[in-house]
Amino acid sequence: MSRPDSRSLRQALADAGSLEGRFLLGGDRPIPLAAMLAGSATDGRHSDLTGRSVLLATSDQLTAALALVEFDGLARRIVICPPDLKSENLASIIRDAGVEAIVCSVAEIYRSLGIATIVEVTVPPRSAPPPVAPQFETEWLMLTSGTTGDPKIAVHTLGALTGAIKPTPAGAEPPVWATFYDIRRYGGLQIYLRAMLGTGSLVLSRPDEPVADHLRRLAACGVTHLTGTPTHWRRALLNSAATEIKPRYIRLSGEIADQAVLDALKAAYPGTPIGHAYASTEAGVGFEVTDGLEGFPASFLDGGLAEVEMKIVDGSLRLRSARMATGYAGRPDLALIGPGGFIDSGDMVERRGERCYFAGRRDGVINVGGLKVHPEEIEALINRHGEVRMSRVKSRKSPIIGAVVVADVVLADGLTPADKERIRAELLELCQRQLAAHKIPAVFTFKPGIEATPGGKLSRHNA
Amino acid sequence: MPKRLTIISHIERVAGEQKKSLKPLSDDLPLLESGLDSLCFAILVARLEDEFGFDPFSVSDTVEFPVTLGEFLRCYESNENVAA
Repeated sequence: MSRPDSRSLRQALADAGSLEGRFLLGGDRPIPLAAMLAGSATDGRHSDLTGRSVLLATSDQLTAALALVEFDGLARRIVICPPDLKSENLASIIRDAGVEAIVCSVAEIYRSLGIATIVEVTVPPRSAPPPVAPQFETEWLMLTSGTTGDPKIAVHTLGALTGAIKPTPAGAEPPVWATFYDIRRYGGLQIYLRAMLGTGSLVLSRPDEPVADHLRRLAACGVTHLTGTPTHWRRALLNSAATEIKPRYIRLSGEIADQAVLDALKAAYPGTPIGHAYASTEAGVGFEVTDGLEGFPASFLDGGLAEVEMKIVDGSLRLRSARMATGYAGRPDLALIGPGGFIDSGDMVERRGERCYFAGRRDGVINVGGLKVHPEEIEALINRHGEVRMSRVKSRKSPIIGAVVVADVVLADGLTPADKERIRAELLELCQRQLAAHKIPAVFTFKPGIEATPGGKLSRHNA
Repeated sequence: MPKRLTIISHIERVAGEQKKSLKPLSDDLPLLESGLDSLCFAILVARLEDEFGFDPFSVSDTVEFPVTLGEFLRCYESNENVAA
């Protein structure tokens, strides 16, 4: 069920009853949710933003979280800027989203953009007159993760963004949520909204915090519900501090969750429910799989999901639901929603019997002498080796057949050079047994680590 | 190990992995008749790039791919100084 009404975030918090014990932790001191409701992080500059299109460009997640509670229902639309937004993209965003005001941490930075109304957010919230009753069903605008050209801006409502959120069961112990994501991206925003609209609290991630420090901080805060991409999780499991957290719920999203990462999490956190969710900024939350297996039941395609229709056309997953974005702001030339009201996700899916498996991104295909290779398929196979911690398959230019595939592999600690040569032979044999010749990596390179994008996904810029 | 022997051992390994039967290797053996296909050569060139630090066929667009094994070996041997 979607939220039963179109209350603003602030109203939903106000109606939640006692907020005692609930907090939002960004900096060193937690901010009680009750203080968020009672005060203002903008010295009560509500009338400046009422009915306007607002660019939310604060320098950190905590101030963004405070501003969303403060201005949802007052602003006509809020454009949520991700942390790695490039300043050269601001002009096109301001144009496409019709931005009339900016909410930020330091006003001076934005003075040159020609927007007269600039509001600074400061923490902690100070006492201020409460804002007037909500007047708008605010549009929430999120940037999609495309890497070339002007960023595209998906238009959502709070109702669409929260469509997959189930009410917390009565009597359940309040969760302490955390995510490796930044809440200004779709995957992180889902967790922020779960914390705000449920009964829980939220511990935010910090930019550039070492994984070990982050895990220890999560353990110290008593985090119970933890989410991130498979890459986030693989990096966490590489770290000995991963044993210090005691999650009651683990969730993966944003990339293909292969069997290796699901099994590794099951082994590290026995008995903890593990779900892998499929979602995108454009299509919203599609579904969550909780049976511990990679892929998803084919029944999901045949009307097995109550709120999301899915089908495979030309190999890619298409979705239709009330959780989708309605379009791209300011870009009527770009069709987000295709024939029959379905969004083409660009995620390639193969059906084998009663299960569907993600093969990879349509635009990530490597062409080896005219044959297609999805790097994700090969990574999933390599990751099954017991001494492999993570891998990345990419293309290398070949003067003979255009490209070959090569693999970067991160191994477990403490292996000798002889072990590594044994593993290299085993990986080659595994690939020879399971893959067509053109999919077998020409070279396996052992690396100490593999870089991730700011969004926590495997960096594929070389692919 | 001399460069030539390193290359030969890579050729034999790739042939084994790809289940190709190699003709007896001699300098005048045409590559097309060696038993290796273009995927094998692509893999071989990628591995030799990692081994020696350069790919003699990608240094410019005008490099012709060699016809015989001897020419192939000389592409690597004549680049000795480049690699050093």
